[in-house]
Amino acid sequence: MTSIASTATGLLLEASGISKTYGAVVALKDASLAVRPGEVHALMGANGAGKSTLVKILTGAVRPDGGTIAVRGRERTVHSPAEARHGGLVSVYQEPALIPDLDIRSNLRLTETPIEPFRHWLAQLGLEGLDLSSMARHVPLASLRIVDLARALASEPDVLMLDEMTAALPANLTERVLEVVGRRRGGDSSVIFISHRLIEIAAVCDRATVLREGETVGVVDVTEGSEQQIVEHMLGEAASGIAARTGAAGAARARVADVKPRVAARSLASGARLHDASFELFAGEVLGVVALEGQGQDELFDVLAGSERPSGGELLVDGNAASFRHPADAIRAGLVYIAADRAEALLMQRSVRENIALPFITRLRAWGLIDAGEENRKVDTAIATLQIDTRAHGEVRRLSGGNQQKVTIARWVAGGVKTMLCFDPTRGIDIRTKSQIYVLLRDLAEAGAAVLLYTSELKEVQLVCDRAIVIFGGRVVAEIAAADADEPTLLRAAYNLRADVEMPEVVAAEAVATGTAADAAVAASIAAAATSAVGGPSSASAPPAGGDAPEDAP
Amino acid sequence: MSGIATTGPSRNRWLTAAAWRSLFRDRPMIPLLALLLVLVIVSDIVRPGVVGTEWVGIMLRAAVPLAILAACQTLTMLTGGIDLSVGAVASMAGFVVISLVLSIGLPAAIVVALICALIAGLVNGIGVGVFKVHPLIMTLGMSLVVLGAANFWQIQTVQTSSGVPPAIRTLGSDVFAEVLPYSLIVFIPLAIVILVGLRRTGYGRLLYAVGDNPVAARLSGARSWQVLVVLYIISALLAAIAGFLYAGYTNVASVSLVDSAVLPSVAAAVIGGTSIMGGRGGFGGTIVGVLILTVISSLLTSLGYPEAVRQVLFGAIIVAVAAAYTRVTDQT
Ligand SMILES: Nc1ncnc2c1ncn2[C@@H]1O[C@H](COP(=O)(O)OP(=O)(O)OP(=O)(O)O)[C@@H](O)[C@H]1O
Ligand SMILES: [Mg+2]
Repeated sequence: MTSIASTATGLLLEASGISKTYGAVVALKDASLAVRPGEVHALMGANGAGKSTLVKILTGAVRPDGGTIAVRGRERTVHSPAEARHGGLVSVYQEPALIPDLDIRSNLRLTETPIEPFRHWLAQLGLEGLDLSSMARHVPLASLRIVDLARALASEPDVLMLDEMTAALPANLTERVLEVVGRRRGGDSSVIFISHRLIEIAAVCDRATVLREGETVGVVDVTEGSEQQIVEHMLGEAASGIAARTGAAGAARARVADVKPRVAARSLASGARLHDASFELFAGEVLGVVALEGQGQDELFDVLAGSERPSGGELLVDGNAASFRHPADAIRAGLVYIAADRAEALLMQRSVRENIALPFITRLRAWGLIDAGEENRKVDTAIATLQIDTRAHGEVRRLSGGNQQKVTIARWVAGGVKTMLCFDPTRGIDIRTKSQIYVLLRDLAEAGAAVLLYTSELKEVQLVCDRAIVIFGGRVVAEIAAADADEPTLLRAAYNLRADVEMPEVVAAEAVATGTAADAAVAASIAAAATSAVGGPSSASAPPAGGDAPEDAP
Repeated sequence: MSGIATTGPSRNRWLTAAAWRSLFRDRPMIPLLALLLVLVIVSDIVRPGVVGTEWVGIMLRAAVPLAILAACQTLTMLTGGIDLSVGAVASMAGFVVISLVLSIGLPAAIVVALICALIAGLVNGIGVGVFKVHPLIMTLGMSLVVLGAANFWQIQTVQTSSGVPPAIRTLGSDVFAEVLPYSLIVFIPLAIVILVGLRRTGYGRLLYAVGDNPVAARLSGARSWQVLVVLYIISALLAAIAGFLYAGYTNVASVSLVDSAVLPSVAAAVIGGTSIMGGRGGFGGTIVGVLILTVISSLLTSLGYPEAVRQVLFGAIIVAVAAAYTRVTDQT
């Protein structure tokens, strides 16, 4: 019956009644998805809603417990991703799917990807310069994602599934991806697009299917103002429009002029990309860092976190020259680092608890017996603060992507921080928890911590930061107060254009695509709804004076 | 509707397979203990009535020294390493004690043997932890060095041939209360320290962390060379203790006494569910793995095959059990 129905409606892909359980964890209960030819179809849902699992099932990487899948009206069982690829279903999974110890070319050979189309797509996506003989492990995460996408595109899929493709990309690459995805609208093939960023959904998607706790709870036509509706479906409650505290309501946080900065960088240089970065980070503030891909921000964070030694310049912590030989030195000096790549930061086979408690035991002094009570208390607080879904807590690799990301943050929140270096911490995290993290960062700052926040999502700057620095070509080229840091301004600065220069066409288009007033309003109301509904450690309307912040913070 | 009807049966079959698999994955001890039970029953069928208190005593006596060697493998494998020098170190330790006991007395001889082991472990640890030599190469090299040194020592000491000192012999081969070997007096405290250490100490956690993801461990502030140096020292000291027990068990002084136990020690850890890639496993499983291997080995002996056939079968069974077990439990 299903097949007749779908031929009649002309659906390209139809999945219905899909279920999947892992032991006691119900990943999917009754998920359905119908994709028309030529549409870009958003798959939405909070962290752990089952989006990735559904995509893995559609491409045969995971086998469902029940349900049916029909492609062009014909019912099908897909046994492996290779089989799905031959059938026209190709996915870019949430985690990079390249073998780290092979070069890109060999990786392509593994999936029988034709080289010429691949190069074409790579160029379309703005990565023509990539050396195909470089080992995958040496390619930065953002480029890896693009390689993954180009590889998928090269096999000319009927249905292309992008699982949080843009989460790890800086603004310029995100724009390229959205452009490529948008161009597929109205053709013969379709795209299933997963993202936690409503802006992107509004920009390229025709319809959205919303999952909640493994169930399809709604299908929404994406039009002006449908964001609100999607969010309501996702969260399962009305996102009421209480006035939100938007991040930087500057005045209250005016700095006393003569305080010493917590961290001061003077002409820091490192590697091939970071040449001359100077800035100051003060206690009690959230300082944003904005940069396009590969402007030296990775190197900067590596130096600050103690993973790399600078090749030049000077780093002062609390006024004293610091030279870190090992991350342990940075941690001792109070600088903790939320890594860019969660695969780098997590013990995938260990429990959530062990992952969060990892920094407590690294010092020689802590090698002895663990104080279980104390550890539990800290870990439980951190889990609650970040709302980590711990149904599959035994091994972190079984958590959903967003929940894994939360664990990397929880680790440093649990111990209390003086200086927090965050590299895109909200990557892959759903909107509800995202606003929770914004509140958390603000609370940390209010309690006296200094927070350095690199973000690829430009609107975060105004939501959480007091001011932002912009890095271009390995140098800090601008400092912008939060009040002025709207997205066009930031983008202009990120491309190192002076304010009076006309923006080139592409840049202007990006500015329009990435920032609209309406969108900011939605984000703000979500922030308010989430904090009031969830009742996290602090409420949006009455920020505490620091009582709720981790106890070690000064 | 029709779709659901057709997927019905296959879905049930899949569900049960998946359920079993997740049971094995979450409780890896269950299939291990079941296998052990089956082997005990088979032993009793092959030679009816053999399984009794005396048999248990014999099994335990053979299992204890192997379990200590397997502890070395478990701990090193948790970090993604391996210690192939345990055989040479254990043999050396036993030999040093036996050759020195007449001249300097038992306690001093034991101390000397432990110091020799400690040096070997320290060098292993520095090689693996500081110079990043692959543990396989490092410890294999070390086992040659230790063997050579022990041979040299053997030539230097004019065959004093005092025999194995009685205290060591009692510890290695006698039983009390009819069934319990004295070696348990050494083993039980060691086992408790290892089991608790892995679960409840910062150091134990770090072993898992370094093995699971060295980058993550580093980013969290762990200096893995410290962890590894201490680890290989611990491993060598454990090997030395196992060496004393082997000397007492076999009543033989030889510089290659324990060599044949190296493969079983690795196999026991693998069968016990410790991942050779690091980050997963524990000593509890290893102990059961050792018991399984011990029973298999005695079963083969009781079947009356010649030594060569036994070795072939033993090797084949180790591979088969390890393969089956990883297949069952290693689903993601
Ligand atoms: N191999 C597994 N074993 C156990 N549980 C699993 C496994 N894979 C997924 N899960 C669980 O299934 C649920 C859905 O996970 P899924 O990855 O599909 O979420 P998601 O919607 O993609 O979330 P995110 O936005 O965080 O990526 C989660 O609760 C997760 O813990
Ligand atoms: Mg996901």
